[in-house]
Amino acid sequence: MHEFLAQLINGISLGSIYALIALGYTMVYGIIGLINFAHGDVYTLGSFFSLAILALLGATGELHGPALLIDAGLALFGAALLCGIVGVLIERLAYRRLRNAPRLAPLITAIGVSFILENAMQVWKGPSPVPFPAILPNPAVTVAGVAISLQQFVVVGLAIATMLALQLFVHGTRMGRAMRATAQDRDAARLMGIDINKTIALTFLIGSALAGVAGFVSGVYYQSTWFFNGFGAGLKAFTAAVLGGIGNLAGAMLGGFLIGIVESFATWLLGGQWSNVAVFAILILALVFRPSGLLGETLPEKV
Amino acid sequence: MSLLSISGLDVHYGGIQALRGVSLRVEEGEIVALLGGNGAGKTTTLRAISGLVRASRGEIALDGASLRKRSPDAIVRLGIGHAPEGRRVFGGMTVRENLDLGAYAVRSRAAFAQRLEYVLATFPRLHERLEQTAGTLSGGEQQMLAIGRALMSGPRLLMLDEPSLGLAPVLVQTIFRVIAEINARGTTVLLVEQNARQALRIAARGYVLETGRVAFEGTGANLLADPAVADAYLGSA
Repeated sequence: MHEFLAQLINGISLGSIYALIALGYTMVYGIIGLINFAHGDVYTLGSFFSLAILALLGATGELHGPALLIDAGLALFGAALLCGIVGVLIERLAYRRLRNAPRLAPLITAIGVSFILENAMQVWKGPSPVPFPAILPNPAVTVAGVAISLQQFVVVGLAIATMLALQLFVHGTRMGRAMRATAQDRDAARLMGIDINKTIALTFLIGSALAGVAGFVSGVYYQSTWFFNGFGAGLKAFTAAVLGGIGNLAGAMLGGFLIGIVESFATWLLGGQWSNVAVFAILILALVFRPSGLLGETLPEKV
Repeated sequence: MSLLSISGLDVHYGGIQALRGVSLRVEEGEIVALLGGNGAGKTTTLRAISGLVRASRGEIALDGASLRKRSPDAIVRLGIGHAPEGRRVFGGMTVRENLDLGAYAVRSRAAFAQRLEYVLATFPRLHERLEQTAGTLSGGEQQMLAIGRALMSGPRLLMLDEPSLGLAPVLVQTIFRVIAEINARGTTVLLVEQNARQALRIAARGYVLETGRVAFEGTGANLLADPAVADAYLGSA
């Protein structure tokens, strides 16, 4: 029972990272119908940016008090902002001109952008895993016999706060409404006076910033990062987005948590070598039996 | 100077030429009907005015200022409202959200409140359904929403693309009456219609498009009386 709860908490922590990444996939798909395969690498870039900012601030170990808040805060917001800018640049340079091209063209471009980012990061930090400073103190809280680390509280708390902020933005603001309108009917949105280029850029900004938050969070959680991290995490987050119903924000969050929990339980019950099998088996089952996803309404076109 | 003037407009879709040298004008305060069969180029003309398709040749000007290089959102801000073919309401959003979006370019709260009041007074049915999802409205209600939404930006020129299409006859009467009312309160209207007879009754002038060219033009009364027009577009009565 204790192990069950411990694995559940593990899964939720892992899932909150997937959920944050999945939101970017689903937002971009929703607004321009593109599976942005470079998105996983923007997530890795988020942990690299966090790492660089922490190094700049001289934060190499455990932080306390105001230093913790300031340094961690700067690394978090800095990574989110820089990833957001990278996302906007990717859209502007690689995708915008292909917006009305056959769907295969932007898809292959996205794979190309993914390679470029991966190789750039490999040049930047080398081909081996890079340690991420353990900035959080580590007092575990024991709830019902299960130890929950501060890392886990921070990971899940930040993810949920970010998702709530996103919901408020999308449903409560003028720009959020413009994003939903553009996703539903691009030409009708233009007839409302919405500048869809700005709206699409904003979608990339927010989606990529969320990946930046996920990158920071994963660095803090795993205390390690690697230039190739985004490939696997990106595929799993994409699976989460499809499972939840691609294009649907709540679906991406739900899918992210489910995939995290499945991965954690598969590792526990079947062994680590089976965890990817379990996750992608779920993708296949979802595509066969519920192609529109748990909360989705529209079928993603084949890619 | 005409409110809207178009001269020598060509539009291509890929290799297909949809408009061939279309020229027309809309004077301030008029209702102008744009008639013709399927594929004649009526919708393309409106889409070119709104900037949704680019003209390969010719000029479009609002109050003498060229619209050809303008983006669709800039054209809305210059004062053109467009209720497109097929209504295109945001089905997943409420009636209120649709109307809010119609006023996307309107920054003043006072102007927004005044427009909303005007639209809801024009279409009382929308008032009853403000919090309802637009996708669950009837066809007639969706058409009212599409027109209301286009009015929310406070346009000088309102373009309506087949507002009566697919509506029950009694609703068709209502829609035409409302269009005349909107015009009487000072909004210029460019009306695309299949329902030529009805459209010409409320229009000051009309143009008939045939395969991308203006085939006939004249006052509403003259076009109604023209045997060639009657033969092709009014049904031989």
